[in-house]
Amino acid sequence: MSISVNSIASRLSPIVNDLPPSGIRRFFELANSLEGVISLGVGEPDFRTPWHVREACVYSLEKGYTGYSANAGHPELCAAISNYLERRFDVSYHPGSEILVTVGASEAIDLALRTLLLPGEEVLIPEPAYVSYRPCTLLAGGKPVGVPTSADDEFRMRAADLEAAITPLSKAVILCYPSNPTGSTLSRADLEQLAEVIIRHDLFVIADEIYAELTYQGEHVSIASLPGMKERTILVSGMSKAFAMTGWRIGYACTNAEILHGMYKIHQYSIMCAPITGQMAAIEALTRGETEKDRMVHSYDQRRRFIVNAFRDLGLDCHEPKGAFYAFPSIKSTGLSSEQFAELALIHAKVAMVPGSVFGDSGEGFLRASYATSIDSLQEAIERLDGFLSRLRRGDIDL
Amino acid sequence: MLTPIHLDLLHLIEENSRRTPDILAAIVGREVNEVKAMIQDMENAKIILRYSATINWEKVETNRVTAFIDVKVTPQRGVGFDSIAERIYRFPEVRSVSLMSGAYDLSIAVEGSSIQEVARFVSDKLSTIEHIISTTTHFKLKTYKQEGVIFEDQEEDHRLVISP
Repeated sequence: MSISVNSIASRLSPIVNDLPPSGIRRFFELANSLEGVISLGVGEPDFRTPWHVREACVYSLEKGYTGYSANAGHPELCAAISNYLERRFDVSYHPGSEILVTVGASEAIDLALRTLLLPGEEVLIPEPAYVSYRPCTLLAGGKPVGVPTSADDEFRMRAADLEAAITPLSKAVILCYPSNPTGSTLSRADLEQLAEVIIRHDLFVIADEIYAELTYQGEHVSIASLPGMKERTILVSGMSKAFAMTGWRIGYACTNAEILHGMYKIHQYSIMCAPITGQMAAIEALTRGETEKDRMVHSYDQRRRFIVNAFRDLGLDCHEPKGAFYAFPSIKSTGLSSEQFAELALIHAKVAMVPGSVFGDSGEGFLRASYATSIDSLQEAIERLDGFLSRLRRGDIDL
Repeated sequence: MLTPIHLDLLHLIEENSRRTPDILAAIVGREVNEVKAMIQDMENAKIILRYSATINWEKVETNRVTAFIDVKVTPQRGVGFDSIAERIYRFPEVRSVSLMSGAYDLSIAVEGSSIQEVARFVSDKLSTIEHIISTTTHFKLKTYKQEGVIFEDQEEDHRLVISP
């Protein structure tokens, strides 16, 4: 008996059926169909994983590390994470009960939401925001609530805006600073104001600090390090961005033992453990990777200054991103929507960027431009955009 | 006095000497005139000696032979190794001369158009210099990496064109 595709779809989970398709998919397909595209649309480092890390991984394979690890992660890696976080960010987690190694930070976010949420409870998400927070909240049975931020505030979520969005159903806040997509960061004072509201309303925080090392002005402050915050914060991070290890899929979650135990149970049944090969590489990176990491961060900082200056020279407003590896220039002066501009720039200048609207309504009028690419490629991209904008302003491009 | 900005400029120029002062200024976050002055100062101080390219000569059809020669010498009273090093580096065939620690004293790179030409240089000119005790010549067969540049890098950018 044949079954029509339509009837199959109608029998799938309505939550899955109702999930909107990823906003970047169309651009991905368009960019892939063109030759000679310079991509500023990539959300991962251009550096390869440092050789000493790769070499350590090969050695681990030679030594026979090919099986499962403990569910929560290899004890040596949990200890390395604990030491690293204490040394770098002044937060203390017990490696035996408060740290869970996950398949990328993405799994940790998913576990956190599934552990915290009762059906219909609300998750507050400062927007523009990373594209996975809303769907993951929905899949966990919750309701995502966007809290718009603006370029005037350098896309920092204000305590007053957070408080205005809180309802009796509010359960948690996701904080991703330094931010993908805006590159904005929060100061200690910003975090203290947010923490006061969060504690007063008894909310949990999922602190996605995957870009913490990529902070170029001031020092990254983890909200978990503030008084009264550790027990209500799930600190999520991983190896992908700072150590150029995206494909290894090693992330981690740190929180109090009760929350972690809940996350652990889901992880245990659905994932078992993060890949051992990646865990071995992560131990090497966390214990001996400081020099290489600093070299990469310094390079990002140089590119950051270059690209922000370049966008401003092109006549596009661009707030100064103080972290991550994204600039978020405004294209409002062109009168085009984010999607229109991104599509035309891709077709006419062969420069790929991600429309800001993909990251929430408050991203409309902006583009996400990743500077995780060589300075020479950035220079070429800016020259192409210069030519494209000149033609656009002269009316030489059909809209 | 060199600042961290001077050092950044040196690294950036060493990596790609075709970068203009405008580009360098944007990268290090300083005014163009300030960067030009810093570069001028470093040229005057002979910190920046010249602007050159790294070329894979093995891809060019030339008869170019390179030899690395370990040289043991007797240092001269009052001038140490410098005087002998100078007598060696004045030869146009000599591409580099460095004083080394360890089993020998000077490491020399010599270029010629054939093995015979390099051998003649070693036997006729180098070995006959007073105070040189011995030479050991190694001919280069292939270059894998030079000045931090991997010549035949098999690693490519496999990243997706757009990712979240």
